[in-house]
Amino acid sequence: MAVASVVNRREFLRTGAAGGVALVIGFHLSPRAFADQAAEQEQKTPNPFDAWVRITPDNRVLLILDKSEMGQGIMTALPMILAEELCVDWKQVKVKQAPTNPKIYDHGTGGSGSVAGSWLLLRRAGAAAREMLVAAAAQKWEVSPDTCKAANGQVVHGNPKRYLSYGELVEAAAKLPIPNLNTVPLKNSDDFTLVGHDTRRFEVNDKATGAAKFGIDSRPSGMLFAVVARCPVFGGKLASFDAAKTKAIPGVRDVVPFETSGRGASTTGGIAVLADNSWAAIQGRNALAVKWDEGPAANESSAELHKQFLSNAAKPGKVLRSDGDADSTLASSTKKIEAAYELPFAPHACMEPMNCTVQIRPDGAEAWVPTQAPQWAQAVIAEAAKLPPEKVIVHTTLMGGGFGRRYQADFVMEAAQVAAKSAGKPIMVLWTREDDMRHGFYRPASYHKMQAALDANGNLAAWKHFQTSTSIAAKWNQKPEEDKGLGEFGTGATLPYLTPNLRLEYTLAESSVPRAWWRSVEHSSSGFVIESFIDELAAAAGQDPLAFRMKLIGGDRKIPRFGEGPDSPPLDTARLKGVLQLAAEKAGWGKPLPKGQGRGIATFYSFNSYTAAVAEASVQNGAVKLHRLVYAVDCGRPINPDGVRAQVESAAIYGLSAALHDAITIKDGRVEQSNFNDYEMPRIGETPKTEVHVVMSKEAPTGIGEPGLPVVAPAMCNAIFAATGKRLRRLPIRTEDLA
Amino acid sequence: MAISFTLNGKSQSVDVSPDMPLLWVLRDTLNMTGTKFGCGMALCGACTVHINGSATRSCITAISSVAGKNVTTIEGLSADGSHPVQQAWMEEDVPQCGYCQSGQIMSAVALLSKKPNPTDTDIDDAMSGNICRCGTYQRIRKAIHRAASMQAGKAKSAA
Repeated sequence: MAVASVVNRREFLRTGAAGGVALVIGFHLSPRAFADQAAEQEQKTPNPFDAWVRITPDNRVLLILDKSEMGQGIMTALPMILAEELCVDWKQVKVKQAPTNPKIYDHGTGGSGSVAGSWLLLRRAGAAAREMLVAAAAQKWEVSPDTCKAANGQVVHGNPKRYLSYGELVEAAAKLPIPNLNTVPLKNSDDFTLVGHDTRRFEVNDKATGAAKFGIDSRPSGMLFAVVARCPVFGGKLASFDAAKTKAIPGVRDVVPFETSGRGASTTGGIAVLADNSWAAIQGRNALAVKWDEGPAANESSAELHKQFLSNAAKPGKVLRSDGDADSTLASSTKKIEAAYELPFAPHACMEPMNCTVQIRPDGAEAWVPTQAPQWAQAVIAEAAKLPPEKVIVHTTLMGGGFGRRYQADFVMEAAQVAAKSAGKPIMVLWTREDDMRHGFYRPASYHKMQAALDANGNLAAWKHFQTSTSIAAKWNQKPEEDKGLGEFGTGATLPYLTPNLRLEYTLAESSVPRAWWRSVEHSSSGFVIESFIDELAAAAGQDPLAFRMKLIGGDRKIPRFGEGPDSPPLDTARLKGVLQLAAEKAGWGKPLPKGQGRGIATFYSFNSYTAAVAEASVQNGAVKLHRLVYAVDCGRPINPDGVRAQVESAAIYGLSAALHDAITIKDGRVEQSNFNDYEMPRIGETPKTEVHVVMSKEAPTGIGEPGLPVVAPAMCNAIFAATGKRLRRLPIRTEDLA
Repeated sequence: MAISFTLNGKSQSVDVSPDMPLLWVLRDTLNMTGTKFGCGMALCGACTVHINGSATRSCITAISSVAGKNVTTIEGLSADGSHPVQQAWMEEDVPQCGYCQSGQIMSAVALLSKKPNPTDTDIDDAMSGNICRCGTYQRIRKAIHRAASMQAGKAKSAA
């Protein structure tokens, strides 16, 4: 397992042996530890009937899910993989969330890595359980296991056929030796009956009837609802408060000041108002008289940050990559193109506001957490409760959206601190929408100075990408300038476009605003910048944007990922060209459009998946109207093709939100936005007709929760350029930029 | 002072502060958590319920104003998820995270009760108050059309 020495992208925190948060792992680059490693890992292999599969005597099949469901469909996709190898009827299957136990499970859910990281592991676990069931049947019949076959939850033998159901076999099977996972026979993919077939979301019925339980729906007996007053300025501290009026409000039970600190904290703590219901807690908070020590960040603003960007961009940055000599080529070029792009902070804005419910007793703790990182939640609660992690039961609930926000542990830390001071009562710390909007971890704000030179044939003679940003790495006390993984560029550092002279430079911009992983992370910025600027170059070369890209991608080859280790798959240009061609063909690239509309294209490689999109857009009444979006995606073997389409449709709207609507802006050290009136998101009327064409690849599956996002803004902005000649270089799109 | 109303067909009485929004009465007092909190300002529609048949944002509806009225929540739409709109939602596999979907479904049911065969524009208008961060809007449109045909089919076979 690769242990990243620096925090260069999605970093994933695991529980260390001592119960603290320790090891940092470049998770999505690494397959699960024991999927690919032999002897020593083999011993850790749990019995599949303990870890993954439960079968009752009456043939009900319970499959265990160790990842968190936040809408991405993992509660369906992972059990499908298990069920496929186990050879059970999907209708028999129920899914159960795994207990939080990082010694057995790799819980962290992010980096679009769950299917990719679980694929082999779960196939092997399912196959091992199947082989054990077959062996148990063979023993009963006193025949060779080779003469028995598993199908539809039964083992079959002989002619005439005789059958034993898994329910009849499971007790004996679970006691048999566990097959070697590295050699256990896996099904031939041609025989798959579930994987690769459209499958309805496992928990869809509960989500259509209101029965689905999210974190916010946790109601342990005796629970109090808490709402927290936090300093509005990042890094500010509590100076003093008076809770007299709060305590007079009916339903308010207690007022609890608390502190949070250390890795993962988003604030310094606050004052929790505990009440019988959320409403009383909110009223109680409103009635608090609080004085904050706002601290040094009170001077920060988005306007100042923009100035910092400009000042940084006027000087050279730290050189992160240099092929050939881009500077001198640019200096001597007769056809030089320059443009600057800017993107703001972006919030996750999950529909379910942050919340966490914790009960701490002297002998143990229990928590109900809508989290992408239950192992981190467990460690944080253990620390607050002064208990060993194994004494902390963490129930991972359904999440009303995650998008990276719920990989953080700040909201868990708060609830744990309040619960630790609440004499054994279960406490839900509930965030209001305003809390959620103002105390997030935002997608970094960034500024990009792009320069390129074209030769006489319209080929790319030089490419220079300078970026300054409020990096994620810096938030976690790492220096992005020293980050050989080029975290702030993402796969944008591995340019698929041929050029002999390429230079990447970076300068950190200082900011107190918390930053973290937002759906597609740095690719959301890199995709917009690179795919818009390539379009500018195509226009400057007088070439068709699709043909220009295809020419610059060139022949079929595998480009090693710049700055990343050998376990990162290379960028396969054939697959990239494949999605470009497919999207263009399905969209009718080159065919006439209604007057006023334009067509734009973009492609990007992220999370080891290939995406292209064609947008049809126009400007109506001073605003962008997106009419149609046609996607082609290659994420390796799709487990649930309809689930893949759903994720891409979703990523498109998520990307549109940040392109078309509001930004998170800072004034006086605090977030200016508060709710969905000043941070607007797309509504149903803005939804373009979206088609998603999925390549039915047989390559290993790769990510799909995020890769649909980076292409949507550039495809749309390139379409606006085609329609109007206006080049949009900052997001969100402003009316004045369209005029 | 106790406030009485009809909730999902049954009489209900609660003794809470009269200005407490219906949302919190449902969720925290009655533990009916199908109705969701999203914004608290009637901006997102996650808390949508029906009051006397009209889609209403429960987060800004004081419980005192509900006295004597008929309230229907997602839990009251059907006992078993068999309402055509719920069925259509399942068929089209609409939900992703699912958090907003109770509100989406309640808005869709209210729309179809007024316009049994809505156009895309009708849908966009009626559903514009419901935000879905997962962006399931395209499937919501399809599901509403599907539910409309299911209901039309039902009406036809009943006739």
